[in-house]
Formats: sequence, C-alpha cells, structure tokens
Amino acid sequence: MRILVAMSGGVDSSVVAAMLHEAGHEVVGATLQLYDHGAATAKKGACCAGQDIHDARMVADTIGIPHYVLDREARFREAVIADFADSYARGETPIPCVRCNQSVKFQDLAGLARDLGCEALATGHYARRVEGPDGAELHMAADVARDQSYFLFATTQAQLDQVRFPLGDMPDKTAVRAMAERLGLAVAQKPDSQDICFVPEGRYSDLVAKLRPDAAEPGEIVHADGRVLGTHAGIARYTVGQSRGLGMASRDGQERLFVTGVESTTRRIIVAPRAATTTDEVMAGEVNWLIAPPVGAFACFAKLRARELPQPAIASWDPELGLLRLVPGNPAVAAPGQAMVLYDAEGRLLCGGFIKGRARVDTTRVAA
Amino acid sequence: MSDDLYLDANATEPLRPEARAAVLVALDLRGNPSSVHADGRAARRVLETARSQIANAFGARAQDVVLTAGGTEANAAAIHALAPGRAVLVGATEHPAVLAATPGATPIPVLADGRLDLAALDTLLTCSDLALVCVMAANNETGVLHPLSEIAALCRRHGALLHIDAVQAAGRMALDFAGLGADTMALSGHKLGGPKGAGALLLRPGLTLAPLLAGGGQERGRRGGTEALPAIAGMGAAAAAARPQDAARLGRLRDAIEAGAGLSVAGQGAPRLPNTTSLIFPRMPAETLVIALDLEGVRVSAGSACSSGKVTRSHVLTAMGLGEAAGHAIRVSLPWDAPEDVAPRFLAALARVGARLAPVAGPSTGG
Repeated sequence: MRILVAMSGGVDSSVVAAMLHEAGHEVVGATLQLYDHGAATAKKGACCAGQDIHDARMVADTIGIPHYVLDREARFREAVIADFADSYARGETPIPCVRCNQSVKFQDLAGLARDLGCEALATGHYARRVEGPDGAELHMAADVARDQSYFLFATTQAQLDQVRFPLGDMPDKTAVRAMAERLGLAVAQKPDSQDICFVPEGRYSDLVAKLRPDAAEPGEIVHADGRVLGTHAGIARYTVGQSRGLGMASRDGQERLFVTGVESTTRRIIVAPRAATTTDEVMAGEVNWLIAPPVGAFACFAKLRARELPQPAIASWDPELGLLRLVPGNPAVAAPGQAMVLYDAEGRLLCGGFIKGRARVDTTRVAA
Repeated sequence: MSDDLYLDANATEPLRPEARAAVLVALDLRGNPSSVHADGRAARRVLETARSQIANAFGARAQDVVLTAGGTEANAAAIHALAPGRAVLVGATEHPAVLAATPGATPIPVLADGRLDLAALDTLLTCSDLALVCVMAANNETGVLHPLSEIAALCRRHGALLHIDAVQAAGRMALDFAGLGADTMALSGHKLGGPKGAGALLLRPGLTLAPLLAGGGQERGRRGGTEALPAIAGMGAAAAAARPQDAARLGRLRDAIEAGAGLSVAGQGAPRLPNTTSLIFPRMPAETLVIALDLEGVRVSAGSACSSGKVTRSHVLTAMGLGEAAGHAIRVSLPWDAPEDVAPRFLAALARVGARLAPVAGPSTGG
C-alpha cells in the first residue's frame, strides 16, 4: 500500500521508511520544516532547513523513494512554540512534543496522507499499535526504556486507526541502528536528538523571554509558610520538583528546598522541603480517551513525567467537568503542564491529559 | 519514465538537442579561451560563436554581451554596477535573484492582473532624483508580461536607468534589447534550453560595467574567471534554436489546459507568456497538489522552492492581492518540447487527484 512516512532525518524514522520500502510498500517520505534552523541557532547564513532535513532527503534518495519538505513554520510557531511560551507564562512546564504530535504531525500529516491517497501514516515513534477487537489500540513500546507512548496520548482514535509505529516491537535502539546499517543508511550512527528541537542550543528561557517577556520578569522566592527567601529572574526558569537555580533560597537552615509551585499572577516561586513536592491527588484536563471512559474509580498505572515508569494509581473521570482525578499509590511529583497518562497492567494506553495546577500556598497564612 | 509529464519549464527547460551537441563539442576542447596558442584560439572561436548567437537572438551587439554563470549573476552584476548612488525601484513581483540583490529598494506595486502599475512608477520616479528601475520582462510564476516599452519610456523621461530581468521571457517571446532602450538585460542559459551554469548580461552600447569578480580580466574586464565554455556553447546554441514563433503552439496547449481545468487563473487578463499558467485549485493547498501530481507523474511547481525544497507562499500572487488563494496556485509551465496531448493527460491526472478529496459542499440551501 501507499504509506506516508514522517521522516525527521534521524535514524528511527529513516529505518521506518527503509523497512516499509523493503516490505514492498509504496513509501512517500515527508519532512516537516518546523522552524528556521538558521534563526534558531542564531548562525548567520545557516540554511533555514538545517542538517536534519538534508539527512532525511539523503536517506530517501538512498532508499529510492519520493521525498518532500513541507513548510509548517507558521503552524508550528502558533500551535507549538507560542503554546510553549504561554504555558511557561502560566507557571506551567510545557510538553511541546505532545502539542506537535497533536497538531502538526497527526492532524496535518494525516490529512496530507489522505490527500495523497496514502492508506497509512508511519512514524519512528517507539510505541505499539495493536489491532484490538474494537479498533486500533496504543501500547507501550517493547523497549520500555525508549517508550514514547507518553508523548502520543493525545492521538485520537481516528488518527490511531490511520497511523503505524513500525519500531514499537524493536527490542532496543541497538537493533534499530543495526537495521539501519544493514539497510545502508548513512544516519545509522547519528546521535539521538537531545534538546527541544526548536531550542537547539538548550536556552529555552531566552526564547520564552522573547515571546512572553512577562515570564522573564523578576519575582520573589517564597517558602510555603510565607517567608520570602530570595528573588528570581523569571518564572519560566522553574518547574515543580526543581532544586537548582534557587540561589539563597535553596536551603532553609540545613534543609534543602524544592520548587512546589510556580505562581504566574504573583510571579512567585514557592519552595518547600522535599516532602512537600509530592501530592496525593493530581487533576488533568484536555483528556483524550482511547477506551470507553470507565464509570467510577478504576485502578491503573499512571505516568506523570517522561522519564519514569507508570506507577499504580486509582483514577476517576468526571465527564461533566472533563477532569481526570488521580490518586497515586505513593505520593508523586506532578508538574502542571506535563502529561498524565494512564495505562492498564499490560501497558495499553487508556487515556491522558495535561496536569492542572493546584493551590500550593496557604494564602491565609501568607496574608497574616 | 516516459509516461511522466514535465510541466516545469519555468524552473528549467529540457536540454535542446542543438545545445547538447554544442556542449559535447565544447567538452572536448582542451584550450582556455584566453590562451594565445592554437588550442586557445579554438576555444575562443566557440566562445565568440556563442556570444554572437546570444547577441543575434536578443538584439544586442556581440561586444555588449557579458557571459556569466547564470541569470542570478547577470542580475547581480547589473545591479552591483548601476545601483550605487541611485534610488533603486524594484517591481513587487520580481524574482529573488533581483530582490536579494537590492536590499532597501522601493517596491513598485503591480496591478491586480500582475502588470506593473505605470502610474505608481511615474510617481516614484518623480519623487526620486536619480533612479535605477529593475523589472522583469515576464513573471516566472504567472507568465504575466510587464509593459516594457511604456516602462522604458518613463525611465527615459525621468532620466532613470533600466535593468530588465528577461530570464523567463527569453526564447518564449520576441525580445529586442536595442529596440527597448534598456540599459542592461539579464538572461539565463538553462531557461532557453541550454545547460545550467551559463547566463549573460546585455549592455547598452557604450555602457561600462564595474565587475563583480575582477579576476583575470576576462570578458573585457567585465567578468573575471575562465569562461564555462561547454555551458556557454550550449546557451548560444539554445538561443539560436529557441524560436519565439514556436510559442504559438505552446499557447494553444496552455489554453486547452486552462479551458479544461475550469479553474481561475492568476493574471489571466494580462498579456502572458504562452507557456505559463498559474491555476488556483481551491480544494487543496498548492503544496499538497504539487506532491499529489508528482506521485501521478506530473511535474509542476508552486510558489518558489528554496534550496531545501521548502515551498513558501508566493510573494508574486500576494502582491497581486490574491490573499488566501496565493496558497492554492500551482504553476504549470510547458517546455519547448511539450507533447501535443499534454492537456488531456494533465487534466486526467488532476481529476484523479481531485477524486480523492471530499466532495465540494453544494450551495447552501438554508434560509
């Protein structure tokens, strides 16, 4: 069948394109131009495309498939980068990869695939798509350490029916690189990408400050009991659970302090001892369900940040408010803006949403 | 694949057999045209033949033809030499080769049909002391022709210099450089059906040109560097072979495409190159349509592609006031060797692509 492959220029999606082509499919490669690489790296004269697009094109040429570069800079700026900055300005910790998957990748590319007469859209994500009795299911990847299903929680059922994740069953990255070698792909040993793609130099706070100057204005660092312990240079530099970047407010006597809240309205960073960073209740909104939502509380495994394994929890869904309430088995750190993704015991993704903020300061005591 | 339909002549024309033959001859010449010995003279002979062919085709004197590496260089060389000390006025729909060479220039607006706004040019020239006007003969995306004689007359009246970018027009319509009265005119070899890598700048008799590249003083000190003999020989042969009267055939085929497609056409009311049409396909972004047609074996383009292949919204159609429709225009440009059945084949491919799309909503019947 004709399949559109989203090719980033990295080894994973390159292998996807090559293995589908080898399997006899008519593969069409597409690479999204999401930001001006020259502007992002502030290198004068750098190509707008950057190395990754050139790599994707070379791989497509090696395989012998048509390949197209799609300009999605405007869409990405509005759907992902602006949301990224706005989220920080709200005192949250955004997760731009979800927004990108949600908009540019699975909405726009899926539409493109249909327009081009492609029966499926394949990506290099590490996740498993399983044909279940009630349609396609999304499961964690066989390589749990590489699993990216967390970033895919917002994939709708209709999108899931259309997409393919051929790397979901690969045992590990070594096997993917070995396959790239066997297929003769020049990117076989290309290093994994590390940073947020549109902040290649890793200075995301500069970008946020440019788009949302309010998120870079100084404010106070306040202990949860109301004491002002220091000042900071912008709420965008802080996330719940963080202990670095607090300066004089990093300790209270012998006790190390952690960020427990980021308040956008007052521009205050709230700090407290480690025990206070965890919570026994997490709420999430903008919930996407990939099963019929259960009525009443249900047991599940919840993942609240990218680099952790799902932990036992009890969840309940309020369809009226559109809110997902989670009671973790053990108190957990939950940063507003990050994703809360629920799985069953077999690693099937049930639903996910964005973690909502909660009041963290006893305002009556502060006022007093 | 012989079934493929190449309709992207404005990006580059297929090589003409006459050009191919000239290239092959030149490839075997070992001499440098600047050398004094017999091999140098043999190379020089080929170089001067090409120069004469170009001069004859476009109404210039051979000694006023400066050979370059392409249209971009020819445009840049003219602007580099003429712009200092002058207010630069540039057509709003010019090619990036001109726009990028004229930073800070004042744009000359175009009318809704894509033709240069002569009244606006008159006003701009009245407000400028000493000006250089840069306009294209034919637009690369729409094929719309600017009124060159009127523009030249205005420039003369105001004492302004005139540079014409004739890259797209050359070979597809009659161009008489001397008769137009422009100061300089840029040409590209591969848009004539020659190989890529050669171009020419025509100079008004008596005009001297400060070189972009001084180098070894080639081209009478107007363009340094050993001449790219095979490419230039091919360009000369292509210029001699490209007969504007053949364009009538392309015009007929183009008109059949426009009639059959039933789509609106950018700049349709204006005089246009016979081989070019800019079709507005409202049901799909142009970027997608170009890909969909490519997968059907039909090569067209949209907007102008940068070196990464990224397609950006057309500044040409935006300047014509097309708004959102600018993102839905594909350029179909027929090559000199377009087959006679091009229209039915193109229209069939377009219909196959359109059939995949959701049906167009009918007219609203609500109150």
